[in-house]
Amino acid sequence: MAIERIFDIAGSALSAGSVRLNTVSSNLANAETVSGTPEGAYRARQPVFASVLAGQVGAQTPQSTGVQVLGIAESAAAPRMEYRPDHPEADADGYIYHSNVNVMEQLADLISASRSYQTNVDVMSTARQLLLKTLELGR
Amino acid sequence: MTMSIDSALSLHADALRLREQRTEVLAGNLANADTPGFKARDLDFAGLLARQAAGQSPGAALAATDPRHIGRSALDSPGSAELLYRVPTQSSLDGNTVDPHLEKAAFAENAVRYQATLMILGSRINGLRTAIRGE
Repeated sequence: MAIERIFDIAGSALSAGSVRLNTVSSNLANAETVSGTPEGAYRARQPVFASVLAGQVGAQTPQSTGVQVLGIAESAAAPRMEYRPDHPEADADGYIYHSNVNVMEQLADLISASRSYQTNVDVMSTARQLLLKTLELGR
Repeated sequence: MTMSIDSALSLHADALRLREQRTEVLAGNLANADTPGFKARDLDFAGLLARQAAGQSPGAALAATDPRHIGRSALDSPGSAELLYRVPTQSSLDGNTVDPHLEKAAFAENAVRYQATLMILGSRINGLRTAIRGE
């Protein structure tokens, strides 16, 4: 039966969505962190999504697709430098390195991620309703 | 009057199966709303149901000219449907063609139609039961 697979699909999307929400909150939490070296500066993280076949190949419907997180990519943008010789973290030239998190971008991503999450919760509850109704068939 | 239980239920049972598959496909589209390169897909419901009612298997028929050929029927069981790709109106830069609003609307519509089919099927079953009891 296909309805049960919807739980797998929506579940995979929820799990991927929570990874995305996690990275966004981590990015926002670290938006103001500074470092003494360019390498040590926090870099914005983002999960890489890929679709995955939920059913086995050769099954009745191998077309169903869930989501998986392939990995977490770090932003390659250069960290912002600031001349702050008084800062305890400052390097020999008096510079500190801010994280390269773009707060506006992250907030927009947060809205998008929470909308996707809601959508998948709705899908799951609809599937549950349909399944329960189906169980009552012929009563 | 001759009416078998199978013929009384079969079309709606097929419709229910297709609705179920479509629910799954649309759930997959919604799940992949943010996956780069994902192409939204859907079933041609009316065409599939018409073919199923006519007793044809979905997809093109293949001629087996050699006994070692594997027939299509062995590959896809009845009721399985081939998927079509949705024509994107505004695909995103990462190659994703899922329009969440469109998919949500289709999903809601499909859920309602699933319940409608379920209701019809239920009333058919009740009708048959009444006929059997003869009350």
